Amino acid sequence: MSDKVKVIIDGISVEVAPGTTILNAARQIGGDIVPPAMCYYSKLEGSGGKCRTCLVKVSKGSEADPRPMPKLVASCRTTVMEGMEVQNITSPEVVDARKGVVEMLLINHPLDCPVCDQAGECDLQDLAFNHGAAETRYEFERRTFDRIDIGDKIQLHMNRCILCYRCTYVADQLTDCRQQGIVGRGDHAEISTYIEKAIDNDFSGNMIDVCPVGALTDKTFRFKSRVWFTKPVDAHRDCPTCSGKVMLWYKGDDVIRVTARKDENHEVEEFICNTCRFDKKATKDWVIEGPSRIEHTSVISSNHYDTLKPLPVIQENKALMAANKEELERTKKS
Amino acid sequence: MARKLLLEHIDVAGINTLEVYRKQGGYRAVEKALKKLSPEDVVDEVKKSGLRGRGGAGFPTGMKWSFLAKPEGKARYLVCNADESEPGTFKDRYLMTNIPHLLIEGMIVSSYALGANTSYIYVRGEMMPQIRILEKAIAEAKAAGFLGKNILGSGYDLELYVQPGGGAYICGEETALIESLEGKRGNPRIKPPFPAISGVWGCPTVVNNVESIAAVVSIINDGGDEYAKVGIGRSTGTKLISASGNLAKPGVYEIELGLSVEEFIYSEKYCGGMANGKRLKAVVAGGSSVPILPANLILKTTNGENRLMSYESLADGGFATGTMLGSGGFIAFDEDACIVRNTWNYSRFYHHESCGQCSPCREGTGWMEKVLHRLEYGHGAMSDIDLLVDVAKNIEGNTICPLGDAAAWPVASAIRHFRDEFEWHVKHPEKALKGNYGLAHYADPLPPVVVETV
Repeated sequence: MSDKVKVIIDGISVEVAPGTTILNAARQIGGDIVPPAMCYYSKLEGSGGKCRTCLVKVSKGSEADPRPMPKLVASCRTTVMEGMEVQNITSPEVVDARKGVVEMLLINHPLDCPVCDQAGECDLQDLAFNHGAAETRYEFERRTFDRIDIGDKIQLHMNRCILCYRCTYVADQLTDCRQQGIVGRGDHAEISTYIEKAIDNDFSGNMIDVCPVGALTDKTFRFKSRVWFTKPVDAHRDCPTCSGKVMLWYKGDDVIRVTARKDENHEVEEFICNTCRFDKKATKDWVIEGPSRIEHTSVISSNHYDTLKPLPVIQENKALMAANKEELERTKKS
Repeated sequence: MARKLLLEHIDVAGINTLEVYRKQGGYRAVEKALKKLSPEDVVDEVKKSGLRGRGGAGFPTGMKWSFLAKPEGKARYLVCNADESEPGTFKDRYLMTNIPHLLIEGMIVSSYALGANTSYIYVRGEMMPQIRILEKAIAEAKAAGFLGKNILGSGYDLELYVQPGGGAYICGEETALIESLEGKRGNPRIKPPFPAISGVWGCPTVVNNVESIAAVVSIINDGGDEYAKVGIGRSTGTKLISASGNLAKPGVYEIELGLSVEEFIYSEKYCGGMANGKRLKAVVAGGSSVPILPANLILKTTNGENRLMSYESLADGGFATGTMLGSGGFIAFDEDACIVRNTWNYSRFYHHESCGQCSPCREGTGWMEKVLHRLEYGHGAMSDIDLLVDVAKNIEGNTICPLGDAAAWPVASAIRHFRDEFEWHVKHPEKALKGNYGLAHYADPLPPVVVETV
């Protein structure tokens, strides 16, 4: 028996290590059969299963037990079995359910992307664009919260939160003590610290990176620029606390933001410390490696580097210019 | 002849004390199990009895027990789910209040069968009197040597603890209950792993309803085969039904499964018919989360047979024309009840009780509640009815735990069976505010089934 299990996702077969989830198996195939994931984060233990956008249909349980699973399952928390057959975008049921989930995620989310700092790098925006309906059917007032400052560098705006719980896992798993959690229940649940106590630890800034929406934002960057006007470059520094591998976001010659590097699944490659993130905002602090890889579908890549090349200029034609001038004067006289 | 197995001695004065309970033959099951039977024998008896979980899902208890993993060197736990908070269900509270030793006896036998040395009774936070009653009963049992070290000289140790919950409906879901028991936020866990593999503190755990555990006592006393003779088909034994609504005699009744619904409602022995001479309009047969049925469908199945109080008969016809026995919360509505208002009330409850972990339930329950509120108060539109069906469909089956289903089913079924009442609310908002739709055709005999021949 080989130590790999074979699984077929949307008709494409892939061999993965036992214990791999359907989502990660799909990510190994790549392309548009990868289910979207708003709450699952491979670097955060225990995450996933909550947002329900990654629902897939298991049409064959395994080679040993070929019965299909009775309900759609969360692909981020279901492990593959030998011979499992999964339908994602080939199942109308899945596409329909996902559309329903996206609608649910959006009914209480303020659709104010034009004034949201996350626009352009927002997973929910991508999700709604790719999988959602064009119009909302929700006709009631959306729930609102006051903005909360979590420390002097991070702002929490619960209106935009989709309760993916990622930031609470960051607080639990990257730092020494548990500083934030969920209070309240149902659609009144909110991310909170202990009675607005500031979160103060070296890695708290990572919650900004893991937030899929604009609920947690970097106060040092807020409203400085739309993200598609900035140019991301990879850079590193010798940092005693973290790996020091970051992305610098340039606007003109200024570094206006520092974030961790993200992979193709929009997940942070390595978490970075708050010193790198908030305090090192000069080019001299960093060793620049080169432009960051940005998906061609992202709005950030509309800011092409090659457009910095001077555009071809039309050659001057003196005879034509003289003729035009003559023409202009003639019309003025008449 | 209807037999009573759980509430046989309920009318004996002082049955809540150990002394009287012993005189009525109490703790015989403990003596029999610990002295004469091996744990495997007890599990076998429960399997033979065909006992099905009384908390709502109706999963065979013996099978659930046999799924319990038994790794070396790891403790196993039995947790009794006494977080009864389904609207319309109040049987466990009745049982714990009046005959607490029955539950404790059941806990001892069941823990012995599963090899658990520590067991918990997780009681809903609002039931403070019941928590005190149970604690007193546990102290009595311990003093009499039925709990603690080396019970009845058998070498078996058991500690039994009562754990008050915080009063959240979601903590009745077994994995949320376990989270809450561990002192965490009561969010359901994502399954697998199931509690039988990894439950309380990562150890194999069985979670059973109060009534299921209490039923184990008579199974051990009389034997599993004897228990299986009570009831009908695969619905064996007796069931506590908490009858509420506009009935002449609401209350907790122990019925033999297989009793007809009609007899249960109209017989003098049970509910004694509808109060004030009203006519029956609809019934929720198993607690608020099961589909509601109009009077004609609850009394007869679509084949024209009498509907019986059993897992199978109530589920006859699937969700199109059937419902579920659920936890036995039998709510009857008379002709003056407004189904729209009632559905709104249920969805208000599920909105309030959704834990907020997964998005369809968190957002969808609130959405349904708002739309139903609008319909009930005369601001609805025809499109709202289809919208509700669609939202319910999007929640159902797409959530981590069954709370999403429980929120969607009452709404979907109310619209399925009472659509014209919803439409009437839209067409005549003023009439709907002042009066109600009445009985309409909901009690009319069902048309005979016509089998089309081609």
